[in-house]
Amino acid sequence: MSDTSTAPRSFQEIILRLQTYWASKGCAILQPYDMEVGAGTFHPATTLRSLGAQPWAAAYVQPSRRPTDGRYGENPNRLQHYYQYQVLIKPSPPDLQELYLGSLQAIGIDASLHDIRFVEDDWESPTLGAWGLGWEVWCDGMEVSQFTYFQQVGGHDCSPVSGELTYGLERLAMYVLAVDHVMDMPFNDPQSPIPLTYGDVFKQTEEEYARWNFDVANTEVLLRHFEEAEAECKAILDQAHDDPKTGKRIVMAHPAYDQAIKASHIFNLLDARGVISVTERQAYIGRVRALTKACADAFVQTRAGGWTPEAVA
Amino acid sequence: MPVPDLLIELFSEEIPARMQTRAAGDLKKLVTDGLVEAGLTYASAAAFSTPRRLTLTIEGALAASPTTVEERKGPKADAPEKAIEGFLRGARLTRDDLEERDTPKGKILFAKITKPGRPAAEIVAEVLEQTIRNFPWPKSMRWGSGTLKWVRPLHSILCILVTEEGAEVVPMDVDGIKAGNTTQGHRFMSPGAITVRSFDDYTTKLQRAHVVLDASERADAIWHDATNQAFAQGLEVVEDAGLLAEVAGLVEWPVVLMGKIDDDFLGLPPEVLQTSMKEHQKFFSVRNPKTGRIERFITVANRETADNGATILAGNQKVLSARLADAKFFWENDLRTARAGMTDWLDALKNVTFHNKLGTQADLVDRMATLAREIAPAVGADPDQAERAARLAKADLASEMVYEFPELQGLMGRYYIEAMGEDKAVAAAAQDHYAPLGPSDDVPTAPVSVAVALAEKIDKLTGFWAIDEKPTGSKDPFALRRAALGVIRLISHNDLTESLSIVFNQLIFDHLMSPVYSAGNWGEGSLALLEAVREKLGSGISAVQATQELLEEVANGKSDLINLDYDDESQSLVTKTDEKSADLLAFLHDRLKVYLRDQGIRHDIIDACIAMPNNDDLNLLVKRARALSDTLKTDDGENLIQGFKRANNILTQAEEADGVEYSYGADPKFAETDEERALFAALDAAEAQITPAMQAQDFSTAMSAMAGLRAPIDAFFTAVQVNSDNATVRRNRLNLLSRIRQICLAVADLTRIEG
Repeated sequence: MSDTSTAPRSFQEIILRLQTYWASKGCAILQPYDMEVGAGTFHPATTLRSLGAQPWAAAYVQPSRRPTDGRYGENPNRLQHYYQYQVLIKPSPPDLQELYLGSLQAIGIDASLHDIRFVEDDWESPTLGAWGLGWEVWCDGMEVSQFTYFQQVGGHDCSPVSGELTYGLERLAMYVLAVDHVMDMPFNDPQSPIPLTYGDVFKQTEEEYARWNFDVANTEVLLRHFEEAEAECKAILDQAHDDPKTGKRIVMAHPAYDQAIKASHIFNLLDARGVISVTERQAYIGRVRALTKACADAFVQTRAGGWTPEAVA
Repeated sequence: MPVPDLLIELFSEEIPARMQTRAAGDLKKLVTDGLVEAGLTYASAAAFSTPRRLTLTIEGALAASPTTVEERKGPKADAPEKAIEGFLRGARLTRDDLEERDTPKGKILFAKITKPGRPAAEIVAEVLEQTIRNFPWPKSMRWGSGTLKWVRPLHSILCILVTEEGAEVVPMDVDGIKAGNTTQGHRFMSPGAITVRSFDDYTTKLQRAHVVLDASERADAIWHDATNQAFAQGLEVVEDAGLLAEVAGLVEWPVVLMGKIDDDFLGLPPEVLQTSMKEHQKFFSVRNPKTGRIERFITVANRETADNGATILAGNQKVLSARLADAKFFWENDLRTARAGMTDWLDALKNVTFHNKLGTQADLVDRMATLAREIAPAVGADPDQAERAARLAKADLASEMVYEFPELQGLMGRYYIEAMGEDKAVAAAAQDHYAPLGPSDDVPTAPVSVAVALAEKIDKLTGFWAIDEKPTGSKDPFALRRAALGVIRLISHNDLTESLSIVFNQLIFDHLMSPVYSAGNWGEGSLALLEAVREKLGSGISAVQATQELLEEVANGKSDLINLDYDDESQSLVTKTDEKSADLLAFLHDRLKVYLRDQGIRHDIIDACIAMPNNDDLNLLVKRARALSDTLKTDDGENLIQGFKRANNILTQAEEADGVEYSYGADPKFAETDEERALFAALDAAEAQITPAMQAQDFSTAMSAMAGLRAPIDAFFTAVQVNSDNATVRRNRLNLLSRIRQICLAVADLTRIEG
C-alpha cells in the first residue's frame, strides 16, 4: 500500500502515505482533535504547541468545518466538511522545503514532470491573533498546500519559529487521482470487494448539514451557546493556578481553549445562517480573538508552554 | 596593486516576486554606499535578482581603503604641561608625534594623526553584515531558533574578492551563516553546490545549472517566446508589463507553454477571461486579432520536462477550466439577476456601508440620482436617463462577478445593464462614472456618463468635507484628491459651465442636515427655518446670506413663515455650511493649481485668475488662466505687466499720499502730449474690444487687446511725467492711470503676477 513507486489509487491511500512519510521524518502522528474546528491550525497541537520554547513535531489529519462553503454535495470541489493534513515542526528545520517536496513525491507527484512553485502568500488568522509568512505551493498552477513560518500566535511572538504545512486533502487527492468531481473520488481502493467513493461516504451528510447550516440551526440557541462558551472560557482562566484539592499547580489552558474553539465554530454557524451583520462580524471576531489570546497567555504559564518554577524564582 | 572585483550572492527560500527588483536595488545601494563611506571606491556595480537570490557584482574596487592623515592643532608650545598631556591623551598620541610650528600667534604644537587604510575584505565583511541586518524588506521574518530577519529563510552567503591571483572568500559570519564561494543552481533541474571563481564564472555556471540571473533577460525571453508561439497560430499576446515582470520573478528557468481555452468559456466577456487568468493563474491572454476574442492562454513554467511540458500544460488547463467554470457560473447567475431588474442587487446595497457617517451604498445611490438629474441639463444629458444611470451605476457591486473580481466593477455593470435592455448611454455610464481615475486617464464625454461621473465625485467631496474627513499630508484614504482632479478635468474637458459654490452649499448643507433628521430631536421652529434656508441656496447666495434674507423677510412680514427658531445649533450649522463650502472650493483651487502647473502654467498666473469673480466656475478659470499664460509668453504681454505695475504703483502711492481714490474723470482735453492723447485713444479702443470679449468669455481676444496697450503705455511713461506741477494735469493723468488699472484688472488680477 505504501509503495511510493506506484501512483496511489484512493483518497485514503494518499492520507496513509502522508502519515507514513511524516512518521518516517520523525513526526508524532496525532489523531484529529475531537471538536468542530474551521481548520487544522485550530488543533491545540498547532495553536498552543507553537508557543513556548519546547521542541515539537506533529502531523495529523483534521476534519474541518466551514458551514458557509456547503453546496449540498453538488459543487465539484466545495464542501462544508473536509479534511486537512497538518504538519507542525518547531523549530522549523532548515530543510523544511525539501522535506515538503519529499511528501509530494510520496503521494505520487513526480517533480521531474510537474511545475512546482512557491508563490508568496502571507497567512493571518484574525480569530487566532496569529500571522506568519510563507507561500501557497502550486503544482501546475494549482494550489496544493500552504507553507507558513509562524511569527505570532495568540498575540505572542513565536520563538523559536514553527514551520506549518497544510494540505487540502480533497483537492490534492482529486488532482493526484485525476478526478473532476469530489464525490466521484475513490475513497478506498477501487479494487476492494466493496469499493466506496467519497460520495458514498459524504454526499448525504453534505446535504443534511447544508440544510441545517443554512436554514434550520436555531440561531437563538447558537447565540446563547456562544455567550456561554465565552463565559466558561473566561471563568476557567480566572481560576487560581494552584489547585486547592491536589495542591498542584494546574493551569487549565486546554479546557479553556476548548471553549474558545467552540465559540469560534458557533460564530461560523451564525455566519452561515446570515444573522451576523457586517459591523457585528468584526466585533464577534474580536471576541473570539480575545479568548484565544487569553488561552495563549495561559498556555505559556504551563510546563508545555515553557513555564518552569525556576523561571519564576 | 591588483584591483579586485567583488561578488555577493544572498541565497534564500523563494522571495516574493513583487519585492525582488526593489531588493536588488537596495542591496546595490546599501553595499556601495557603505564601501564608499569607508573609503573603498569602485568602478562599476550591478545587481540582479531571481526567486531565490539577490546578487551584486562590483568591479574595480580598491584593494584597501587609502591611508588618511589628519592634522590637529594643539596647545601653545609653552602651555602648562598638564594642558599638553591632556591634548596627547585626547588624541591618543605621544610627545614624539608632536611638531612645533611658528605661527603669527606664537609657537604652537601640531599633531599628525595617521589612519592606516584597511583591507577591502575587512570593510566588505563589515558593510555586508550591516546590510543584511538592516535590509529594508517590506515584511521580514524569523525562522528556526534564530533571531536574524530576512524576507524568507536565508540559506547561504556567497562573498568573494576576485583578483588576477584568484578568488578569495571574504571571512564573515552572520548568525551562523558563514560566507563561502558556493551557490546552488535550479531547485529541480540542477540541484547541488556550485563553486564560483568570478562573476563571469558565476553567470556561466548558473546558466548551465538552469538559472537565468537577469530578470530583464528572463522577461525578454518570455515575451519573445510567447509572441512567437502566438504568431505561429495567427494570434497575438495581450500586452501586460506588470504581469510580465511578476512572472519573470516567479521562475529561474522560464519555459513558455501555450494552451487552449475550452470552447464552453469563449462566450464570457474577454475582460472576465483576462482577469480570471491573470489574477488566479498568472496567465497571459492570447487573442485572435480577427475576432477580438481571447482564445488561448500562455503560462510560464519554471522547468523543462521529458514530455516537453505536456503534463504541466494539461494540469494548468484543468485548473483554468475549474476557475472559468466558476466565472461562467457567476456570469450566468448575474445575468439572470440583471434581467430580473437588478432588484436583488439594489436591495443588497442597503446593507453595504459606504461610510458610517454617510450612510449605505443605497443612500449614496439616492443622492447620486438626485444630483445627476440636476446636473443633466448643464451637460446636455436627458435628466431621466441621467437619474436612471445613477440608480444602476453601483448595482454591480452586489454581483457575484464583482465580489470575485473587484477590479471589474463598472465594466460588469455595463454588461449587465445592457443585458437588461437599457439604453447604451445608461449602461456606459456605469463603466464611465468612476473615470477619470488617474491624471492621464481618458475623461468621459458622453453626456449621461459625465452627469453621473460628476455626481459621484461631487457627492463624495461634499460628503467627506461635511464630516471633516478631508485629506491631510500624505493621507488621503478616500482618494479625495483624485475625485477633485476628476471634477476639474470633467468640467474643463467637456467645456461645462457649473457654479460649484451653489452645488457645494446645497450638498454640504444636506450632508450636515442628514444626522439632524435621523436624530429627530431638533425643534420644529429650527427645522422650518433650515428648510427655508435650503430653498434659497439655489440662487447662489451663501447660507449666512440666505438666513439673513429670510429673517429680514419674516421681520418685514414678507414671509408666511412663523415661529422660526434661529437657535445656536441652527446658527452653527449655517455657518459651518459656508465655511466648509469655501474650504472645499479652496481645495479644488489647490488641485487646479497642481493640474495647471503640470501643463506649464505658473502658480501666480492661476492666483491672478482665482482672485477674479466667479472663481467657482472652474472652466472659466481654466480658460482665463490659459489665455493669461499665453499672453504673458508674448513680448507685449510680458512688458505690459511692467507698464501695469508702474501705473499701479504710481497710482497707489498718489492715492495714499492724497487720501483720495483716482477712479474716474480722465479727460483727453487736459492731455498735453501726443503720447498722452495716443494712450487715451488706445484705452478707448482696447475697452471697446475687451468689454464684449469678456462678456463672451473670449479671454484670448480680451487679453491680446490688453497686451496691445503695452506700446502706448510704454510711450506714455517715456514721454510724460505724471506728477506734473499743474494739479489739474496731474489729477487727469492719475485718472488716466486708473483707467489702465481698471481695464487690466477686469481681465485678471495682474497685481498677483510675479516679476
